[in-house]
Amino acid sequence: MSAIILFTAVSIAQLMLAAAMAIAFVRMFRGPRAQDRIIGLDALYVNAMLLLVTFGIGTGRVIYFEAALVIGMLGFVATVALAKFLMRGEVIE
Amino acid sequence: MILAPADLPLWAAIAVAFFLLFGASLTLIGAIGFLKLPTFYERIHAPTLGTSWGVGGVMLASMIFFSVTSSRLVVHEVLIGLFITVTTPVTFMLLARAALHRDRAENTGYAPEKKKASLPVQEEGQIRPADN
Amino acid sequence: MLPYPILTVFLILMWLLLNGFTLGHFVLGTLVAVFASWGMASLRPDKPKIRKWHLLFKLFGIAFYDIIRSNLAVAAVILRGRPKGHVSSFLLLPLEIEDRTALALLAVILTSTPGSAWLEYDSHDRTVLLHVLDLVDEEQWIDTIKNRYEKLLVEIFA
Repeated sequence: MSAIILFTAVSIAQLMLAAAMAIAFVRMFRGPRAQDRIIGLDALYVNAMLLLVTFGIGTGRVIYFEAALVIGMLGFVATVALAKFLMRGEVIE
Repeated sequence: MILAPADLPLWAAIAVAFFLLFGASLTLIGAIGFLKLPTFYERIHAPTLGTSWGVGGVMLASMIFFSVTSSRLVVHEVLIGLFITVTTPVTFMLLARAALHRDRAENTGYAPEKKKASLPVQEEGQIRPADN
Repeated sequence: MLPYPILTVFLILMWLLLNGFTLGHFVLGTLVAVFASWGMASLRPDKPKIRKWHLLFKLFGIAFYDIIRSNLAVAAVILRGRPKGHVSSFLLLPLEIEDRTALALLAVILTSTPGSAWLEYDSHDRTVLLHVLDLVDEEQWIDTIKNRYEKLLVEIFA
């Protein structure tokens, strides 16, 4: 019984997160301006991280969490660098 | 997809399912709003749904799951959750400031002008730099 | 020797949580944490002065509750559209707190609450530009932020 509940919940959650990723992707392509694209990228990596965690729950494996942690850290640095680039036109001053 | 072999008690399965669906649906609603809302400054609110309780719900679900099946220590989720909560405001503030700067520089009319008081005082007859 | 003791302890703790509680990792984590706190000391000389520790938990409690509430509110706005009379607009908020840590804390709370975003702080005339998604009464918003968060922050970082 609990396996069925868990399986259904994980599958639905994965579908939802994948849809959210697709929407973020659409916004990233449509823009209209650079700042919209960057926020789209930010939303994309957060959703990808959540999707990885749900994979971890579904399979019961720990390795996904390491990947999620790394994605979170790298995504943050990437977004900050891009925001900085928008503001000043260069990343390192 | 392979399911975890451990037999979960029913209450734990329901709790995990609830938090998982809660987090995922908030994230999806945030994404829909992100697509639907018309201006950039409104859109900036939508992804925070995903980064506050979207992340919170999914992390809670995974914490419950792994502490009941107890295959490992439940700390990665706390760290990821804390990390996301602390870093998202930083990125959003930076992006918002960059957007304000760009909108002001290009006079798109979306961003409010800076108040006069915060600008350096302009003396009469002083040559202003070309700012349009 | 140790410029930021709390930071060092938390770094060691985080290292152990990530890598497992063994003596070897404790030694390695301590080394990393000590060097990191020296690096931090050369980056930022002023320390935050926290007067009342216990109020910090109250602040986190309030923020936690508000984040849940505004999550549901923003979800409703997205799904059903804004009710009549509600607009999204910019808001100029005068602030009394000047302490950097207090400002950072307020910024993190306001931005991670969906529905309000911290855009720009002006240190010259101490105002902050916010953007609010679902605005009914401007005065009420300013009052809420002032009474709910700023008073507490002033007390904590007196």
